[in-house]
Amino acid sequence: MKFDLQDNEVRALNQALHTEDAANASFSVVNPGGKHNVAAGAMFATSVDVHGHVGYYCAGMNQNATIQIHGNAGPGLAENMMSGRVEVNGNASQYCGATAHGGLLVVRGDAAARCGISMKGVDIVIGGSIGHMSAFMAQSGRLVICGDAGDSLGDSIYEAQIYLRGSAASLGTDCIEKEMTASHLEELAVLLEQSGIEHDPASFRRYGSARQLYNFNIDNVSAY
Amino acid sequence: MCGIVGIYYKNPELESGLGGMLADMLVQMTDRGPDSAGVAIYHDPVSTQQVKITLQGQDDVDWAVMEKSIAEHYPHSVSISPVANHAVVILDVQSERDADRFSEWVTNSVQDINITSVGSAIEIFKEKGLPDQVVDKFSLRSMRGTHALGHTRMATESAVTTEHSHPFSTGLDLCLVHNGSLSNHNQLREMLRKQGIMFQTDNDSEVAAGYLTWRLSQGASLNEALEAAIQDLDGFYTFAIGTKDGFAVLRDPIACKPAVLAETDDWVAMSSEFRAIAQLPNSENARIWEPEPARIYSWERN
Repeated sequence: MKFDLQDNEVRALNQALHTEDAANASFSVVNPGGKHNVAAGAMFATSVDVHGHVGYYCAGMNQNATIQIHGNAGPGLAENMMSGRVEVNGNASQYCGATAHGGLLVVRGDAAARCGISMKGVDIVIGGSIGHMSAFMAQSGRLVICGDAGDSLGDSIYEAQIYLRGSAASLGTDCIEKEMTASHLEELAVLLEQSGIEHDPASFRRYGSARQLYNFNIDNVSAY
Repeated sequence: MCGIVGIYYKNPELESGLGGMLADMLVQMTDRGPDSAGVAIYHDPVSTQQVKITLQGQDDVDWAVMEKSIAEHYPHSVSISPVANHAVVILDVQSERDADRFSEWVTNSVQDINITSVGSAIEIFKEKGLPDQVVDKFSLRSMRGTHALGHTRMATESAVTTEHSHPFSTGLDLCLVHNGSLSNHNQLREMLRKQGIMFQTDNDSEVAAGYLTWRLSQGASLNEALEAAIQDLDGFYTFAIGTKDGFAVLRDPIACKPAVLAETDDWVAMSSEFRAIAQLPNSENARIWEPEPARIYSWERN
């Protein structure tokens, strides 16, 4: 099914994605023109190809659908995604994959600040570099960065895993480099393969929580 | 929230299309700023013996009366071109003080008339209301020029009035539009007043314009003034800045406020969101990127 967003409201597209007829259907969306909320709230195993650049909150809350954006995405891409796959050929603006619970988010270009902030189980693979405060308070899931990371990577991180191929401008509080074991190399290889991005897993380093910040420490009791 | 847009031509053959491109961008930013809208347009610089001033009156302003009044008070030749409730005045000046005396006279002695810009190329038009109403009121689509800034406002820091609308100009040909909010503007305004910078409102963005004017008056280049602004301005901002020959974009180090830049061989465009740039001719072939935090992007004509 073809949707031209020059002639149709985004709401018409999204309503079509919210009906059971969308299951296993294919949608081709043209002329997105930077509009907001394109393909938000998809619920079924639909394939959506968006040809052009999108604005805020594209593919938000996605469940089950495979959404490919042939262009750049504005702020809040795949925010709170639950499952499925969202892929951007270009760059993504700030807080992509924020609070997302599951599924796979692939950005082939760069992602801006606050990528994967408070992520809760999603896998995010960034082909390029990411901005500052990425994976802030990230709870679970995996963030793979093939380029570099901005300041304060993984600040106040919980149990999410970070794989970084380049270097971080700085690590956030309680984020430390950790040993890359055979099982980590294996899971990273799977993520890269799923994303269609080729790199040697051994060229990455792993970062995660030092677990000093989020566990209650009896020595600090007087502060409460 | 606010929407900001800017356009800067590298190819002078396109200059007649400036108003149309700016209008399309501004209307796309209506959702971000339905309170008021304004533009700064740079075109047809006057000679070194002249100064261009934009005046802003009430809706019932009678520019013929104002023209007579100016002729009685100003000793040299003057031309006045009304644009709705604004008017572009070109003064012949014989000394540096002439334009200052004129501005002081308007500010202190003429009721219900404000000065929105002073310089050689700049003209500023701004008004309460939806962006498309403002575009129509000033016949923006017919305007031409070398570069322009625009703003759609959703007020958070101060009142919704025409005076509080952007763009703000506090110095010759210098103009700024702002999306964000500054937290140390009261302190900075007091400091700048002591340095002789004049403010018309309590708006935080006017302070940012005043700050740049002050730095430039101290001999800083635009880039040096913006470097200093990163240190001295506290708060959230995406700025687009215009000077007589230049155009610059700066985001604060936290970079909450959005910005998109696009560049072709013919033009550079800046906007809060891509959808404003999507309207522009040949935007499908533009290089598009998000400006990095605390990094100055500038273009200048040689």
